[in-house]
Amino acid sequence: MKFMLVKTYSEAAHCDIPLPEWAPEDIAAHIDFQRALGEQLAAAGELVDAQGLAAPDQAMIVCSDGRSAPVVTDGPFPETKEFLAGFWVVDVDSVERAIEIAAQASAAPGPGGKPIGEYIEVRQIMSAPDVA
Amino acid sequence: MTPRIEDLLRELSPQVLAVLVRRFGDFDLAEDSVQDALLAAATQWDRDGLPDNPRGWLIQVAQRRMADAVRAEVARRRRETAVFVRDVPVEAAGSDDTLDMYFLCCHPDLPPAGAVALTLRAVGGLSTAEIAAAFLVPESTMGQRISRAKKRLAESERPFADGAHDSTRVSAVLQVLYVIFTEGHTGTAGAGLRRGDLSAEAIRLTRALRALLPENTEVTGLLALMLLTDARRAARTGPHGELIPLTEQDRSRWDRAQITEGLRLLTATMPAGLTGLYQMQAAIAALHAEARRPDDTDWARILQLYRMIERLTPNPMIILNRAVATAMVHGPAAGLAVADSVAEPLSRSHRLAAVRGHLQEMAGERDAAVREYQRAARQTASVPERDYLLLRAARVRAGDA
Repeated sequence: MKFMLVKTYSEAAHCDIPLPEWAPEDIAAHIDFQRALGEQLAAAGELVDAQGLAAPDQAMIVCSDGRSAPVVTDGPFPETKEFLAGFWVVDVDSVERAIEIAAQASAAPGPGGKPIGEYIEVRQIMSAPDVA
Repeated sequence: MTPRIEDLLRELSPQVLAVLVRRFGDFDLAEDSVQDALLAAATQWDRDGLPDNPRGWLIQVAQRRMADAVRAEVARRRRETAVFVRDVPVEAAGSDDTLDMYFLCCHPDLPPAGAVALTLRAVGGLSTAEIAAAFLVPESTMGQRISRAKKRLAESERPFADGAHDSTRVSAVLQVLYVIFTEGHTGTAGAGLRRGDLSAEAIRLTRALRALLPENTEVTGLLALMLLTDARRAARTGPHGELIPLTEQDRSRWDRAQITEGLRLLTATMPAGLTGLYQMQAAIAALHAEARRPDDTDWARILQLYRMIERLTPNPMIILNRAVATAMVHGPAAGLAVADSVAEPLSRSHRLAAVRGHLQEMAGERDAAVREYQRAARQTASVPERDYLLLRAARVRAGDA
């Protein structure tokens, strides 16, 4: 079964300092952690895809009625905390394993190396019904 | 189809597949052939009744399909790869055909992405799957892109160029080869900074093109530029794929053999004068390659070369590069002034902010440098570049840059 683990730009449970304001070694440790997690999931054969998204102030919102030229609204947008920051897609044996991975991702190190407790949303990816 | 036949086919299909994979080794092709055989069985058995030995029937039909496919594939490979790509002597028969293939695949009517894919496939002999993997798109997407490009060519009135030495067609080909190279060298987005196989493929194709057009200084210039740039590959990234800027690279890790070849090629184009864009860019790469230490870099000459390039193509990215060279020769304030002149066209490019950050850092304006680096980190779509810029900002702020 496939799950999408979603990261957003919201504050984490144990850290309200935005990443760009951390000490250099803390940022480096955080980046290393994300890379190691990706490698570990790939090695376990569970990783389908993982992508980070460019910052929301680079985002555009498009609205079209299908006839006239589409309306394109450039960022930055006010509610940046609602914006998607990145995702993993994993293919795992159970929902428990998906939660386990999300818990691991959530405990990424922050300032001083302490886990930040990021909120990771776990969503099952829908597929065609199983025809057994 | 009766339920009985359906069940039988479902039961037999993995068995037949196993036989074929064991015998031929190619799983994908075996799967396709089995699908064909199942389809044939579904219509024929329904109409004529079950054969005496259904399993043997399926194996035989699938095997025949497979043999046909292999034959066709071998013939295609022989046509596309062996004939076109091998280092053909210029006077050999078929060399004009190869040049025509370059011209056809890099037809000006094609969108760049289509031209790139078609060139890699028809001239480079790469499979659709390989091209898709290199560009990180699904195979079906790449397959569509290639067939759309082919369709577009079929609609074009005279797809083959008549004049083999038509310079606009040559420059279209060079552009496509350079796109393939830079895609391999930098990667436009995603986790990996570079995809070496694409750069190597671009170098191989440019080499082959040079064998066909040895007198063309721009072809030689592009090959030199690629070799001189690619020579820095090993030093461009750290152990975890993180970006290392030119001035901080361990120059002992640069590939001296590639540098020597690049310099030799570039020198060979010089008697005709410094006239082409690729030739001039190669000259800049050569000046970097020749400097054993960053401080030895001949920035004054690089600045001069950027001015020459700018006269040929006044493009904002070139002006931004000139800003860096200006700062190295006349100081950061002069460089910032040049960068400001392209602030508007490059307002969405992270490179502008990264360069400004670098120049502010040179000027000792730490707060401004941090702001610019962070802005650049938000604007880039490359993960290694973002990581580099965030760390750079953090280090400048912490005062240990």
